[in-house]
Amino acid sequence: MTARPSGQAGRSTASGGLAGLGLVAFVDETVFHQLLHWHHFYDRSTADAGLVSDGIFHAFGFVAVVTGLFLLADLRRRRTLVVGRWVGGVLLGAGAFQLYDGLVQHKVFGLHQIRYGVDLVAYDVTWNVLAAVLLLAGAVVTLRARPAAVTA
Amino acid sequence: MTHEHPAGTVDLLAVLGPVVGLVALAAYALAVVASRRRGRSWPLSRSLAWTAGCLTATAAVSGPLATASTMSWTAHMAGHLLLGMLGPLLLVLGGPVTLALRALPVTGARRLSRVLRSRPLRVLTEPSVAAVLDVGGLWLLYATPLLALAHAHPGVGLLVHAHVLLAGHLFSAVMVGRDPLPHRRGTRHLLVVLVLALAAHDVLAKRLYAYGYAPMSMADLPQGAQLMYYGGDAVDLLLAVLVCLRWYRAGGRSGQRQLHLERPRPGPQGVLG
Repeated sequence: MTARPSGQAGRSTASGGLAGLGLVAFVDETVFHQLLHWHHFYDRSTADAGLVSDGIFHAFGFVAVVTGLFLLADLRRRRTLVVGRWVGGVLLGAGAFQLYDGLVQHKVFGLHQIRYGVDLVAYDVTWNVLAAVLLLAGAVVTLRARPAAVTA
Repeated sequence: MTHEHPAGTVDLLAVLGPVVGLVALAAYALAVVASRRRGRSWPLSRSLAWTAGCLTATAAVSGPLATASTMSWTAHMAGHLLLGMLGPLLLVLGGPVTLALRALPVTGARRLSRVLRSRPLRVLTEPSVAAVLDVGGLWLLYATPLLALAHAHPGVGLLVHAHVLLAGHLFSAVMVGRDPLPHRRGTRHLLVVLVLALAAHDVLAKRLYAYGYAPMSMADLPQGAQLMYYGGDAVDLLLAVLVCLRWYRAGGRSGQRQLHLERPRPGPQGVLG
């Protein structure tokens, strides 16, 4: 066993994951809702389950980014931050939220679409492929940053 | 409910609001003086927070904003954010209970701390109970005809406003207060309750936007609902930062202090907080 316990790496992943998840929620809100006005605050086709899902994820995103960054500060203070794990966590969290937003919220719950008055297929494919790329990159970065102790 | 007199509601609150605000300010100032006399200083920042809280809450029920709120959802929601969220947060940061414990004579302070440990307060300061009282009250207000009733009847209006302020105060105190509580839940517990409370607040705002509020028709409902949604986010972001800051200052994960990593903190640490 090395000096760096794998529990610390797990905390780095968790901290990055929370920050990444919150970051995407934040980008979604500012870029697509406020700046581009592609997304709508509410559209007539939204079901009640969609409203609840949206509310929980919106609220969770806000608190997640704050929590993730404070965890990061704590890991740094203790000098137990595994940077690769943290970056991997950010990508994983971002990809997971993007995929949930693209598949479950936009499609299953029908909670607003990416854009209105255009053919959606290209947008949906881009959205979800981007999510998959983020997840894949997150997995690669995380695995490469795996502490040596695990193979022992 | 056959006759409406919305003007009466505003008048009653517009008079009572500033009176309560002034009494709260005066009582706090007297307590600060009493605490000083006993040789214990009181931080100026807390006095400023309390003063700002009194002004914020009063502005919500009296003056131009309160007058406009009977005709505009945007003004109404601005008032809701000031009275139920921002005002209470500022009041809580003023640490009124700690100040009272310092200012009161010994018997009074003992009595107050007995009340603080009593069973009802133990239940009320459970985070999920405080959250239900706070956001649940809002659901009752905006998802039933209660709001229209409060506008039509001054007495109901008064009770509703008092509840919004007190429940908001309770929720802020449980989340980020510096005052002693019967028991304080862990950071993770607080954050989960905060997420759920904010989610319930967001869903209510969107529901209002989507379905409207049939008992009262004012044209700017979409703007009002969005102000509720994003304004609630802003205050809750502040709450989340304050909850996490307390955790960080207490030493972070596991609560162990690693002294060689800790920078010395200026000033004494609040023992009661």
